[in-house]
Amino acid sequence: MEVSILAFGIAKDIFSGPATSMVLSRGATVGELKAALELKYSRLGLLVSYMIAVNNEYAQDDLVISERDEIAIIPPVSGG
Amino acid sequence: MVEILLTAQPIDVPNCINEVMLPESGGIDVFIGTVRNATKGKNVLRLEFEAYQPMAVSEIEKIVVQAMAQWPLHRVVVHHRTGVLQVGEVAVVIAVSAAHRDAAFTACRYIIDTLKQTVPIWKKEVFEDGEVWVAAHP
Repeated sequence: MEVSILAFGIAKDIFSGPATSMVLSRGATVGELKAALELKYSRLGLLVSYMIAVNNEYAQDDLVISERDEIAIIPPVSGG
Repeated sequence: MVEILLTAQPIDVPNCINEVMLPESGGIDVFIGTVRNATKGKNVLRLEFEAYQPMAVSEIEKIVVQAMAQWPLHRVVVHHRTGVLQVGEVAVVIAVSAAHRDAAFTACRYIIDTLKQTVPIWKKEVFEDGEVWVAAHP
């Protein structure tokens, strides 16, 4: 399956755009998505941390994702 | 009553305060975050704020719900800017009212401190010689 990942802040610089797409096996988890992203975009490893949000909620690594989910990468936040 | 707003327009600070004032509220606490002119001795030209809009609003809602569960608050207003801000402009306002000052002070601080940790909003500091996404790298 192909999923689209929205990017914000420094992740937009790393993806060279406001989103990227990844091909994952059906039933892939957030943890597998993160591993695939880190393989494709090594600069993610330089960040303090980052989270994945699925349908506007922070997601744990064991969450199973589907093509219909709204997925976003959340680099370290710095509001306020 | 809770009011949460992410806006590309200037924040109306007196309006935020008026929104939380009630006859029964004897304590009102307001935090105003503004754009500072320097970071680590380097002149800041401007800040650029970006938000993951729907998730940012829902994460702020969670923080306010947690605050209202912990302290006896009357009203809470959270306004946060997006877009390009010049030095001195208001980036965020948290206004909290309660019967007494202890709850208002403590809740206001809890809301801004937690917002900075969990809400998907990002700021880029633009200097004379470059720009940096704040907190991204160690």
